[in-house]
Amino acid sequence: MINMLQKLGASTLGIFERLGRGHLFLYYTLRGIGSLLPRPNLVLAQVYATGVLSLIIILVSGLFVGMVLGLQGYNTLVDFGAEESLGVMVALSLVRELGPVVTALLFAGRAGSALTAEIGLMKSTEQLSGMEMMAVDPLARVIAPRFLAGAIAMPLLAAMFSAVGVMGGYFVGVGLLGVDEGAFWSQMQASVDVDEDIINGVIKSIAFGIVVTWIAVFEGYDCIPTSEGVSRATTRTVVHSSLAVLGLDFVLTALMFGE
Amino acid sequence: MTQHEPLVKIRNLHFSRGNRKIFDGVDIDIEAGRITAIMGPSGTGKTTLLKLIGGQLRPDKGSIHVDGQEVHRLRHGQLYALRKRMGMLFQSGALLTDINVFDNVAFPIREHTKLPESLIRHLVLMKLQAVGLRGARDLMPSELSGGMARRVALARAIALDPMMIMFDEPFTGQDPISMGVLVTLIRSLNDALGLTSILVSHDVAETASISDYIYVISEGKVVEHGTPEAINRSASQWVKQFMEGLPDGPVPFHYQAVDYAEDLLTGGGR
Ligand SMILES: Nc1ncnc2c1ncn2[C@@H]1O[C@H](COP(=O)(O)OP(=O)(O)OP(=O)(O)O)[C@@H](O)[C@H]1O
Ligand SMILES: [Mg+2]
Repeated sequence: MINMLQKLGASTLGIFERLGRGHLFLYYTLRGIGSLLPRPNLVLAQVYATGVLSLIIILVSGLFVGMVLGLQGYNTLVDFGAEESLGVMVALSLVRELGPVVTALLFAGRAGSALTAEIGLMKSTEQLSGMEMMAVDPLARVIAPRFLAGAIAMPLLAAMFSAVGVMGGYFVGVGLLGVDEGAFWSQMQASVDVDEDIINGVIKSIAFGIVVTWIAVFEGYDCIPTSEGVSRATTRTVVHSSLAVLGLDFVLTALMFGE
Repeated sequence: MTQHEPLVKIRNLHFSRGNRKIFDGVDIDIEAGRITAIMGPSGTGKTTLLKLIGGQLRPDKGSIHVDGQEVHRLRHGQLYALRKRMGMLFQSGALLTDINVFDNVAFPIREHTKLPESLIRHLVLMKLQAVGLRGARDLMPSELSGGMARRVALARAIALDPMMIMFDEPFTGQDPISMGVLVTLIRSLNDALGLTSILVSHDVAETASISDYIYVISEGKVVEHGTPEAINRSASQWVKQFMEGLPDGPVPFHYQAVDYAEDLLTGGGR
């Protein structure tokens, strides 16, 4: 009994300690971003690695999600004779929810895990330590550009996901199921609001980008420097950032769209 | 700095990992312009000592001064400024694996100076020539042997012409020829550039041949220190055994453990 309590206490302390380390880490990383201003190439290379290399999976997923939305939306709407509103339904679902959320989940699996593994391996092969001894701060040189790149790439990817998704919905709805093309687009144009929907979706995707990348780089930087430690950290990145995205989505949705 | 102030001054150093005491009151002076060797059995904490000097680990008690500054009282920026003047050769090499040999050696130069590429090229080739690997400049670290990687790391450590270099096992994995070249290189670097060198090594003969002063540490203490001649003449059984590599004597070969026979006889558990 006492033993159990002791374990509980120890693991609670451990969690808080990690949280503390994570926030301190974020602080130093943000401070390191200043030193990147004269060297935008470092960030660009990482935007390529995290963003461009995730593009294919994002585009393909966006297309399929849009197509499924088209099918499902049509089946429901047609019962009420409202199939002309298909465009609105597809666009709003994508811009408000599915775009940011699904992109963030895919981003965590594709780019987040790669970031954790890369940084974890750099740690376990003493490359980070070596940089420190060369008076190069790894937080500014390695972590900060990756963090910034993730925060930049995520909203762009989410926007592309939504755009391709709308196209997918269009192919299925207008192309296959015969929804009126003019109605599809004009209703969408009339109902999707820039402030209300698009800006809020962008805010969401920026928030997700920051959280996923923060978790990914921290897990890598804080991992136990062995092969097992790196693999565990990679798994944790995917699990924790997915959960964080879904939880944060609820909070943000409640704040943005709750009356 | 007065003439007699050592470049690195370690006083009453205590450090432990978990329950294991690595240093238990160690005093070490590293004189400027000399090669000081740190020797001791595997696992005594030689690498740990270098990391303490470089400010990567924090002592539990005691102080480390480098060039008059107390390493663990420095602010972030001051510590990094001090590290620019220290080179360190890691036991594992610690090369950056995503860039080739040339870029690895150029890395600290590019990070800390604004020199034009043509000049950087000259500097890098000069350093690579010194370690005999000018021809390997386009290889990736994964294509190097262990000994070659260590030599590239050495070239990188001297890239910024530091005031002091810490060598962690520079001779491991070198064939007799490159070993000879490295020994001469370390000595000539030290003398020609007025460097201060800290040399951690197990290669007793080579180390004794180039170092000016030797510290032998074991079980958290300095067991003996002096010039190589003095160490060789040391009356201590312990030092004698270590320097001559004899299997029997007071130096334990085993990591601390319970009695062997007892360990084998107790069944179960681990
Ligand atoms: N990250 C770590 N966590 C816990 N213990 C460690 C860690 N690194 C080293 N140790 C312990 O510290 C002790 C000293 O290690 P260190 O690497 O400094 O030895 P060393 O003298 O350099 O040995 P070698 O000559 O084999 O390189 C060892 O007993 C080791 O078990
Ligand atoms: Mg060592």
